[in-house]
Amino acid sequence: MDFSFLSQPAFSGGGTYLDWVISGIKWTLLVSILAWIIAFTIGSVLGVLRTTRVAWLRTPATAYVELFRNVPLLVQMFIWYFVVPEILPKALGTWMKQGMPMPEFWSAVLALGFYTASRVAEQVRSGIQSIPAGQTQAALATGLTMPQVYRHLLLPMGYRIVIPPLTSEFLTIFKNSSVALTIGVLEMTAQARTISEYTFRTFEIFSLATVVYVLITLAVTVLMEFVERHVRVPGYIGTGK
Amino acid sequence: MSMIEFKNISKWYGSFQVLKDCSTHIDKGEVVVVCGPSGSGKSTLIKCVNGLEPFQQGELIVNGQSVGDKTTNLPQLRAKIGMVFQHFELFPHMNVTANLNLAQVKVLGRSVDEATAKSQMLLNRVGMIDHAHKFPGQLSGGQQQRIAIARGLAMDPVAMLFDEPTSALDPEMINEVLDVMVELAQEGMTMMCVTHEMGFARKVAHRVIFMDKGEIVEDAPKADFFGTPRSERAQQFLSKILHH
Ligand SMILES: Nc1ncnc2c1ncn2[C@@H]1O[C@H](COP(=O)(O)OP(=O)(O)OP(=O)(O)O)[C@@H](O)[C@H]1O
Ligand SMILES: [Mg+2]
Repeated sequence: MDFSFLSQPAFSGGGTYLDWVISGIKWTLLVSILAWIIAFTIGSVLGVLRTTRVAWLRTPATAYVELFRNVPLLVQMFIWYFVVPEILPKALGTWMKQGMPMPEFWSAVLALGFYTASRVAEQVRSGIQSIPAGQTQAALATGLTMPQVYRHLLLPMGYRIVIPPLTSEFLTIFKNSSVALTIGVLEMTAQARTISEYTFRTFEIFSLATVVYVLITLAVTVLMEFVERHVRVPGYIGTGK
Repeated sequence: MSMIEFKNISKWYGSFQVLKDCSTHIDKGEVVVVCGPSGSGKSTLIKCVNGLEPFQQGELIVNGQSVGDKTTNLPQLRAKIGMVFQHFELFPHMNVTANLNLAQVKVLGRSVDEATAKSQMLLNRVGMIDHAHKFPGQLSGGQQQRIAIARGLAMDPVAMLFDEPTSALDPEMINEVLDVMVELAQEGMTMMCVTHEMGFARKVAHRVIFMDKGEIVEDAPKADFFGTPRSERAQQFLSKILHH
């Protein structure tokens, strides 16, 4: 393997191919982390709504999850990029296409965020529902209201229970961010493809891309293990370790 | 004066009637033991008292308020009624003090210092002060149940409900919990206890209620119940639990 091409001046843009790789990493991280913020926030709200007994809150949340979870991510990416600007009110649609900076980037963030939200929602729901009903009854019996029971019991325990599956969703979002290349986001995989076209160093550049993804996921795993250790409940069996 | 009054309470799960026209009362300072075979509706009956289980017919007055009334503020009513469960149901992610403080702070609006002082007083009383900073998962069942009782008492309740508080415990831990309950009864706490601990009933109960298939079959002063229970079902039940 010969990685000397990385220091060569790139075909365009003035920098080297290494600069392209770094830029690819930057966009992969940006798309993934912003999408995760959306996914975690909206997914948590939807997951909680799916556990309430109030039908008019539960039903829309269930509909969202079923819709977003069952349409392929690639299709959702195309819809956010090509279709959404057309069906929005005209002024807003035109702005998305022409005025909005980096339309492909924001479309990718929204697509990946809203898609992953449906998966996070399912994890949060299952975490809350795995808490025995007696716990909720005991909390209500002390005079807490249902929102207080969520705030002080169901959410803190529910999140702890689902840290392992949530970690796996967080890892998946970095891998899924490569789909953004289909709408023109120059993230890591897109850069690897372009560089291989210009330099014919296909083997080297995709090996490098592999290492980059592995390092990112390792970092996430370490971070989540830290979180898990930090919130571990002494003596509690059931959170895995 | 009745602290808790059941007037012809009926409840259904679909077409299955779990409570059949149940009427009884628990006076202030009275200790009433509820017993009966598994599935007879004891838990359902006791959970009606603080509105954890809704019912479809009848009226239930607790501390002067109608539980079934839509306008009754259930959280406020529940705050005055302590409840202890078979499986303790302490909050696993909070230490013992935090378990006792939570509702004092969030429901009664006590300051954390006030709540902690109260919690320490009660932990002392149930013999758990040395464990104030432990988590429920680090304690034995008997210890957890004593803390659960202290959690109920921390709200200065007007009555305490117990749903089989000792039936999930290893035999050697039953007495440490019963001792706390006996002491509470002797201090004049109003108590409704679902339990099969007939020793406890003999010692402190004023009345014993026997339920079977959703019905209150016997409702008698302790002496009468253990002397000459009127129904055959109660007699059979008593001989079963007393002779094993
Ligand atoms: N959510 C429910 N849906 C349908 N049936 C129920 C439900 N909860 C309880 N039941 C039924 O109602 C009946 C009374 O239940 P309950 O728990 O009150 O009995 P119990 O006397 O407390 O019994 P145990 O001694 O086993 O605790 C049982 O036959 C039970 O199967
Ligand atoms: Mg029961």
